[in-house]
Amino acid sequence: MSAPLLVARGLGKRFGAVTACRDIGFELEEGEALAIVGESGSGKTTLLHMIAGLMTPDSGEVRYRLRDGAMRDLATLSEAERRALMRTDWGFVHQDAARGLRMNVSAGGNIGERLMALGDRHYGRIRQSAAQWLERVEIPIGRLDDSPATYSGGMRQRLQIARNLVTAPRLVFMDEPTGGLDVSVQARLLDLIRTLISEMGLAVVLVTHDLSVARLLSNRILVMKQGEVIESGLTDRVLDDPRAPYTQLLVSSVLAA
Amino acid sequence: MSERAYNFAYLDEQTKRMIRRAILKAVAIPGYQVPFASREMPMPYGWGTGGVQVTAAILGPDDVLKVIDQGADDTTNAVSIRAFFARTADVATTTDTREATIIQTRHRVPETSLTENQILVYQVPIPEPLRFLEPRETETRTMHALAEYGVMHVKLYEDISRHGHIATAYAYPARVAGRYIMDPSPIPKFDNPKLDNCPALQLFGAGREKRIYAVPPYTKVVSLDFEDHPFERTKFEAACEFCGARDSYLDEVVTDDRGGRMFVCSDTDYCEKRQAAQSRKAAE
Amino acid sequence: MYVAVKGGEKAIRNAHRLLADKRRGRRELREIETAEIEEQLALAVDRVMSEGSLYDRRIAALAIKQARGDLIEAIFLVRAYRTTLPRLGFAEPLDTAAMTLRRRISATFKDLPGGQVLGPTFDYTHRLIDFGLDAPAQTETPELAEAVAETSPRVTDLIARDDLIEREARPEAGAPVADITRDPLAFPAPRDARLQNLARGDEGFLLGLAYSTQRGYGRNHPFVGEIRCGEADVELFVEDLGFAVSLGEIAITECQMINQFKGGDGHPARFTRGYGLAFGQSERKAMSMALVDRALRADDYAEERKGPAQDEEFVLSHSDNVQATGFVEHLKLPHYVDFQAELGLIRQLRREQDGQPEASQQEAAE
Repeated sequence: MSAPLLVARGLGKRFGAVTACRDIGFELEEGEALAIVGESGSGKTTLLHMIAGLMTPDSGEVRYRLRDGAMRDLATLSEAERRALMRTDWGFVHQDAARGLRMNVSAGGNIGERLMALGDRHYGRIRQSAAQWLERVEIPIGRLDDSPATYSGGMRQRLQIARNLVTAPRLVFMDEPTGGLDVSVQARLLDLIRTLISEMGLAVVLVTHDLSVARLLSNRILVMKQGEVIESGLTDRVLDDPRAPYTQLLVSSVLAA
Repeated sequence: MSERAYNFAYLDEQTKRMIRRAILKAVAIPGYQVPFASREMPMPYGWGTGGVQVTAAILGPDDVLKVIDQGADDTTNAVSIRAFFARTADVATTTDTREATIIQTRHRVPETSLTENQILVYQVPIPEPLRFLEPRETETRTMHALAEYGVMHVKLYEDISRHGHIATAYAYPARVAGRYIMDPSPIPKFDNPKLDNCPALQLFGAGREKRIYAVPPYTKVVSLDFEDHPFERTKFEAACEFCGARDSYLDEVVTDDRGGRMFVCSDTDYCEKRQAAQSRKAAE
Repeated sequence: MYVAVKGGEKAIRNAHRLLADKRRGRRELREIETAEIEEQLALAVDRVMSEGSLYDRRIAALAIKQARGDLIEAIFLVRAYRTTLPRLGFAEPLDTAAMTLRRRISATFKDLPGGQVLGPTFDYTHRLIDFGLDAPAQTETPELAEAVAETSPRVTDLIARDDLIEREARPEAGAPVADITRDPLAFPAPRDARLQNLARGDEGFLLGLAYSTQRGYGRNHPFVGEIRCGEADVELFVEDLGFAVSLGEIAITECQMINQFKGGDGHPARFTRGYGLAFGQSERKAMSMALVDRALRADDYAEERKGPAQDEEFVLSHSDNVQATGFVEHLKLPHYVDFQAELGLIRQLRREQDGQPEASQQEAAE
């Protein structure tokens, strides 16, 4: 079995007197989906940003296995390396799709950007790849030249996903990917995400406050409370048989569907 | 207060040295924008102070200076700048492209081919080709350093999807020596091919933005495009009304208020030479 | 028959002559004297010196006369003149604590050592146009009282004694100071470069930005700790003598803003500050500069940069009115070559839209 794809150890972060994260660690395998759940203020978003290299931890480290097999400490990456990683091997799906898209650029341009950044210079082929991805995320082809400003929330999220997956990344970070969307729209989107994860063998680190999202998309789960991991394990096990009192509370307070 | 004596070409020698150092760096890294401490000049920012500083730094007493604006020697700002150098440097000036050793230009490249003995100095308003896609200097500097130019092609992609063509008519971005993307100044894209493999040294000065960049002689300059939407040179439907040229950039002149139009060469020197040659031929 | 336009040179010469005539105006009116501008339009002179970045009342007054009262044009003249002047050295930092005070007020204390000295100010005048000024009149020469011997310590020094206000960082002796007229500004900019940029910045631009902070675009709860107007000594350290020599006095206005206190995370709560300095009596400028200075220090206080006044690149890139007017007004220069290129493109696109693809393809082909 190969080395894990992502290893976090002893991650900590403080904002003034507030400890957002304390001593967090986990390992992520290739093709594995990890959910980080907790209420707002639990530190899960801070953790996600540290893992994705968007925020510097006060303590601890994050190591990632590059395509050539080398394990690299994210803190030692140069700006060039970090950006290259962001453009090829990684994806980041924001809760607010507008943050992860160019709102004044067409859907085709949004999806094609990574390809162009990597040197693709054939308009027709770029357009075709963009069109194929649009279909794959179930957006009507006729919307290829429209700007995402004209899209619904659900469609924007799909576009954001397509934009991230066009370079077949190995690891995708997701921050409340279905947050703020209608329940029915959520369901279809989750279905799409689950299919793509499986088809593309993606590793995923997913932050959500919604346990049903965690159950649907993830293999393993970290439950956070006030900056600490209070329980972790296989998603089904933790949600069916929660051991920590807080987890029990979380699980029991989920409204029956 | 009596008129003070100014140093040759207005700038003091220290300042010229500073500018020449920046020019050398620019020549060493083709297309890279070198920051320099632009001086306050007696003409407004945006009116050619960058070009004037570059010219002042390289001008010598034996140089012959030509100054054009929109391709013509007689436009007001070209007149003003030429007068400035005549006054502060007492240098020989000319309207003949072939006679000039230094040509300072705004928005055009001369139609007459340049030689190894010549330097072309461009006046540049906005040196940063990425500026309108990304207003922050901190970000564009990083993008150049990492050769992160994907966003430029996104803009071209958008043009094609919206208009069927790349919709940039002037200040058309180009890749220099296969590395840096530069803004060639607001010359019409018609002139872009002239930058490629040019025997003359090409210097670009942006006074207000405080940047100098360069294309050394015989350097590869490739205008951005897509494989299936290659860069296309503008073609005019008409010929010059005065000299009949079909291969020069033409100005459209409105002749009456009923839609009357006429096309004439923008490069006045080129046009006059052709007319003179035609008169000689007619006389034979 | 159409003849190509010529005569640009002649047109320019005639324009200059016409301008000189307009500047002088009706010959039956007396020509304004530079000394009159210097004396009776003193606040205009102060602004031109500050933004022209040159302390010389006569040059500033002359520039205003030459510029027909257009202050930004006058500032431009002063800047261009300044460039030609030789540099002899750097003055010692001005000791504003030792200023001769003409005006000194503080909004943070009712009374304080040295007192509140109103000085010559418009502050409490009623803004009613005085038609009596239209004709020359006798203005009374007020009796002057004895100068007060009391010292006037800086308000910020008083509060600092109790350690309630942040200390200005003391640079190491001999550390180089940024010079934005010698090195191009780079971002992020150090505070010395920022303050230089703001000192020469356009009063109107800074005023608008300062106003915006008060209205919520990056609010920092300012109080005027102190405004001082008066003369300060300019001293030059002479190597050969081994001590500093006074070169004379300059009139300046200094504003110290006392802002929202910060603390926590182990640091005791302290007031924060903003600083403004201008030549002459230029309170609006000094105050606006102090508010914008504080706004730009967002990183020092872990403040989120949300308002335009906190956006360093935006503020510092657009504060110079000589640069700004140059570029805005450059639009008057001929741009017909580029416009021609746009015309060509738009015609091509319209042809294609109107359904003549073959014609345009032929034209577009190399």
